[in-house]
Amino acid sequence: MSLMTFKGTMLSNLFKKPVTTKYPFEPAVYPEGSRGHIEIDIDKCISCTLCAINCPSGAIKVDRAARTWEINRFDCIQCGYCTQKCPKKCLHMEKGYQTPGAEKFVAHYDRPPEPEQPATPAQAPKG
Amino acid sequence: MGKKSVVPFGPQHPVLPEPLHLDLVIEDEVVEEAIPSIGFIHRGLEGLAEKRDFNEMMYIAERTCGICSFGHGLGYVEAVEHIMNVQVPDRARYLRTIWSELERLHSHLLWLGLAADAFGFESLFYEAWRIREKVLDIHEMTCGGRLIFSVNKVGGVLRDINADQQKFILDQMNVLEKEIKNIAKVFLEDYSVQSRSKGIGVLTTKQAHELGAVGPFARACGIKNDIRLTGYCAYGELDFEPIVSNDCDCYARLEVRIKELFQSIDLVRQAFAKIPAGELETKVAGFPKGEYFVRI
Repeated sequence: MSLMTFKGTMLSNLFKKPVTTKYPFEPAVYPEGSRGHIEIDIDKCISCTLCAINCPSGAIKVDRAARTWEINRFDCIQCGYCTQKCPKKCLHMEKGYQTPGAEKFVAHYDRPPEPEQPATPAQAPKG
Repeated sequence: MGKKSVVPFGPQHPVLPEPLHLDLVIEDEVVEEAIPSIGFIHRGLEGLAEKRDFNEMMYIAERTCGICSFGHGLGYVEAVEHIMNVQVPDRARYLRTIWSELERLHSHLLWLGLAADAFGFESLFYEAWRIREKVLDIHEMTCGGRLIFSVNKVGGVLRDINADQQKFILDQMNVLEKEIKNIAKVFLEDYSVQSRSKGIGVLTTKQAHELGAVGPFARACGIKNDIRLTGYCAYGELDFEPIVSNDCDCYARLEVRIKELFQSIDLVRQAFAKIPAGELETKVAGFPKGEYFVRI
């Protein structure tokens, strides 16, 4: 048993830089591959709804007719399961966590309108 | 001799690792007895598991607890894999072992920090949690999350640890070992810590058996029982002995956890020395049907 066993650590800590950063005045640094939030490349989306069906917390809503993709950022648990399920690989996880907010909101994405199909060529008259 | 009175300690105290309510029986200024009520966080996960897809349920099972998330997910996938007779690749088994031990490091450091806070040693609490940050950084680098790993899946793991990351982790293990030695000296030798932990909260070996104590808590009561000895994941191929103390008090619990920190560092090194190259996952077909019981 001894007294003052912590004094060495205490004194050395006095002359060290703080281990914390001055967030938000200094940016937070995230490593590569950090599961921060879901991003969608909406141009590639085909509204297959696999992400919405497989989301464990039901945060994603897809409307095939209205061509929209919505995510409730506050319900999302950043598990990344939708990114594995997406057949077009248009979902991916980016760095940076969802910041807290006073109100919940739904992030809304619209798919670009379908390119107009070229008119079918008029059938050549028979005979 | 004063009259005994009962003071309720919180409706539910949320700061401790689990919400709990204590009835403190006080005589003068000495707490004679503490009667706990637990079970405030039942979430109905069993019912949810019946409705959800078995792959999706992994992510929910893992989120039962922020401190031992990998253990919950691992228990779930091991059970499903046994039901479906899936053989997990060797590399995945070793990666699971490494992440389990990294999680044990952060969990024990968190516990030690909270213990230091509970016996009124704030600077030691911050020192333990400062060291824990290094382990959390390794988690984020290898899995993408600081506390919730989400790397397990039925049949294997989703991410690999590459050579650069392996070198970084092994370097960090040397740093951690040095820093933990520094706080171990305070936890185990300091007069003020010993006066607040020796002979306090005694749970005899018999009581521990009867109450079904598990993990480091049971080992601090003299029960030589470590579920890792059953050899799940890659533990069967690693060399370790369970750490046991016969003192049965709070000091014994501190001692067991401190020694297990060094044991975890050693197991991470052993696992990296033996990890084979190869596949990360096996293809799984069909649905699980049956029952299996896993202890992790």
